[in-house]
Amino acid sequence: MHARAEAGARGAGIRSDCWVQVEDAGPGQPKIEIHSRVAALYGDSIRTLVHSTLHELGADDLSLTIEDSGALPFTIMARIEAAVHRLQPDNRRVVLPAVNPASVYASDRQRIRRSRLYLPGTTPKFFINAGLHGPDAVILDLEDSVPPAEKDAARILVRNALRTVSFYGAEKVVRINQLPRGLDDVRALAPHGVHTFMIPKVEHADEVLAVHRLVEDLRRSGQVTGDIYLLPIIESAKGVINSFAIASAAASIVGLALGLEDYTTDIGAQRTAEGRESEWAAGQIIVAARAAGVQPLASVYSDIGDEQGLYHWARQQRLLGFDGIGCIHPRQIRVVHDAFAPSEKEIEQARRIVSAYEEAMASGRGVVAVEGKMIDPPVVARAQRIMRLAMMTTERHVGATEAAETP
Amino acid sequence: MIKQIENAAGRLVPTTVNGRQTTPYQGVGGYLPHGHKVGPPLRSCAQYPDGSKLAPNLVAALSRAGLRDGMVISSHHHFRDGDLLMEQVFAAAAQLGVRDLVWFPSAAFPCHRSLIRYLEDGTIHHIEGSLNGPLGVYASAGKMRGMAVLRSHGSRYRAVQDGDVHIDIAIIAAPAADSFGNCSGVNGPSACGPLGFALADAQYADHVIAVTDNLVPFPCIPWHINGNLVDQVVVVERIGDPARIVSGTTELTRSPDRLLIAEYAARFVRDVGIMRPGFSFQAGAGGTSLAFTLFLRDMMREAGVKARFIRGGSTKYLVEMLESGLTDYVLDGQSFDLDGVRSLRDNPAHVATNPFITYNYHGKGNVAALVDCVVLGATEVDVDFNANVVTHSDGLLLHGIGGWQDTLFARCTILTVPSFRDRVPIIRDRVTTLCGPGELIAVVVTERGIAINPRRQDLLAAVRGSALPIRSLHEIKAEAEAICGGAPAPLQTGEEIIGVVTWVDGTILDSVRQVVDEDVLAMAGGMQGEAA
Repeated sequence: MHARAEAGARGAGIRSDCWVQVEDAGPGQPKIEIHSRVAALYGDSIRTLVHSTLHELGADDLSLTIEDSGALPFTIMARIEAAVHRLQPDNRRVVLPAVNPASVYASDRQRIRRSRLYLPGTTPKFFINAGLHGPDAVILDLEDSVPPAEKDAARILVRNALRTVSFYGAEKVVRINQLPRGLDDVRALAPHGVHTFMIPKVEHADEVLAVHRLVEDLRRSGQVTGDIYLLPIIESAKGVINSFAIASAAASIVGLALGLEDYTTDIGAQRTAEGRESEWAAGQIIVAARAAGVQPLASVYSDIGDEQGLYHWARQQRLLGFDGIGCIHPRQIRVVHDAFAPSEKEIEQARRIVSAYEEAMASGRGVVAVEGKMIDPPVVARAQRIMRLAMMTTERHVGATEAAETP
Repeated sequence: MIKQIENAAGRLVPTTVNGRQTTPYQGVGGYLPHGHKVGPPLRSCAQYPDGSKLAPNLVAALSRAGLRDGMVISSHHHFRDGDLLMEQVFAAAAQLGVRDLVWFPSAAFPCHRSLIRYLEDGTIHHIEGSLNGPLGVYASAGKMRGMAVLRSHGSRYRAVQDGDVHIDIAIIAAPAADSFGNCSGVNGPSACGPLGFALADAQYADHVIAVTDNLVPFPCIPWHINGNLVDQVVVVERIGDPARIVSGTTELTRSPDRLLIAEYAARFVRDVGIMRPGFSFQAGAGGTSLAFTLFLRDMMREAGVKARFIRGGSTKYLVEMLESGLTDYVLDGQSFDLDGVRSLRDNPAHVATNPFITYNYHGKGNVAALVDCVVLGATEVDVDFNANVVTHSDGLLLHGIGGWQDTLFARCTILTVPSFRDRVPIIRDRVTTLCGPGELIAVVVTERGIAINPRRQDLLAAVRGSALPIRSLHEIKAEAEAICGGAPAPLQTGEEIIGVVTWVDGTILDSVRQVVDEDVLAMAGGMQGEAA
């Protein structure tokens, strides 16, 4: 029997993925065997892709079997690459799918991050339409949702997704593994259009600094051109205690997220719906993040069936001072945006503050006053943020109207 | 090689189907019938002297009905995937040694895969009716003698009434029956709701046999089928599997993409002003359609809008809407869950309908055209808004037409489809099989935007200024194809025609050709068909 390796998934419940097995052909001719649910429509195209991918990997001499359940080309390429690398651990060649122009857009540090949608890094079917549901950010996860044996394959798949899948304007975030493995994730993915790296289970500022320095090294060597932001996640007692040092460790940090599942375990508490066990941590994170000038981001709400519970919880996080929460199902996004939407009254008040501020700036006065009351800079900043949140709702409106005018 | 002709839709169709001369499709409203409806044979009550029509068993009943080679046996599909009767009927026919029967069901389901045995041994010659799942795969492979003739629910009634199909023996599975032959659909272990799909069979067949596992003393109320139409009544141990006839509860979809499509459809219906006091709509019990109903329900509640009627298939959600005053009536063709059955039985505003009332195209008016909007699925749509509902893009015949074609006549027909399913683009240059002419389809709602048929300037005007994501079908198609890795290869089919799709007027709309791709047939081998 010849050495063989496999990657991907197959079976009745699998969609938008494929299973690939590669094998040393031995003295005989290499064989390519393709079974696909979409053979009638894309059989020839899959065969061409299999050959060119093997060729670019320098693996023309391998036999390959593929069982395809409607995988898109970026997935087929990733699965072949993973299988070949597993068979040939010294093979360093990669096959990069062409960059989809629709997936190229910038993020910015101040952008609104009300909702961030977690996508398991091994399940391509969740990637494809994630952006349609309008999250502020998508998180391609390499950490907790990926089993240890799939870490290598997930990294390749996520890299290909970053290059080809359009997330329709959502910030493209990758949650890397805990360091030191996470540094390899950064090295592999930073050149491929990541906006932001989430760093899990951070306890010390130097962990964040290590990621920051690695990104800067990659920038100096020309592998990274755009801005890349960092988003540490605090998930332990030690992390909470060190939160301000962590939040202010590097200039590329844009926020500080709280991970409650691990935190509550770490402090010996149980996570409850009311969340009293994490009140102190929430307060710490909010204060530390604000003091460092970055966004405090709350945890996830796990009951995907309970929209009302989600709304109330998200609303509560907003009132505490958080700027956003994590989502584990696309249907949570709308609810979260509703919960974080400013009220008419808030918008009206913010409008008055912002226009008073602009007027004061224009006339060169240093003092801003609304209805005889002095307004401090943090209040102005908050009002500006509320106006941006309000604009995000109207923008969608305007864009759609234009489309409707030209059927 | 069978003679073929190009019809008004540009499709090549056979001029004879199973030995009968046919008329090619002539456009919507293009063909008008003449002559008279057919009539069943005259009978006298003197032939049924004591009013009891009980026969000892199926074999005796079939032989008393004069079963012989080549006869047409009909059945209804109110038991859906829980039918246990037709297996018994064809076992009895096989026992009597008859051959070459034609089975004329109102639909077949995956549970009927066991009947392939009778197709193979020659007891059944072919099936004229919707083929779901395994029987469709069998026919697609070219293994069935004769052509599958696919008709909508309305067109099936019409075909019987017009004489396109002569039913020799009608089998009516009855959840409850009395010895006089009155049949009810809402009582008994196999309760299924109304029995409307059996109406044409009862009215026009030469011989009608009611079969029940729940014989009740006269009168069997409500008598959805009148005993005056029934020749014999047979009692068997079990006719249906209740768990597969209606579900205890209707499942809601969790698929975020389906929910998004459903939400877009509901917002469209609201924002263009279809949702207004006294309006009407129809949506099925499939994932997206049911989700649409729930989104629309919430919008109706919020706006204080009450409908005049909602067309079933009924579910507990329609029942709740009826009971909470969101509609005056539910007009119900079939019940999908136990709440639907209960409501139909107990609530006078929940009304049983049948294909004669709602769908028969050769009737004096079309109730389907009085519905303000209908929300339907499809397997493919093309850039001219033509749609397919029976075959997949690989050519496999997997679904029946159901009431789909009949409901296209609603004032606003909305198709809810994903722009692609697992790398299969749904919006095509030309649909694999034409089932619905584009001129009747107003709107296509996908997860990547809503396309309005340019023929519907009224709707285009109505969406101006709204926040709906309106796009052209071409645009959505291009985006989906870019994601799927280019346009799909053209489908290679065999020459042989294995089935035809009839239009609601009985003309031939398109042909279904044999699938020759070995991979496709191999993959389909282990597959379970979905119910339409």
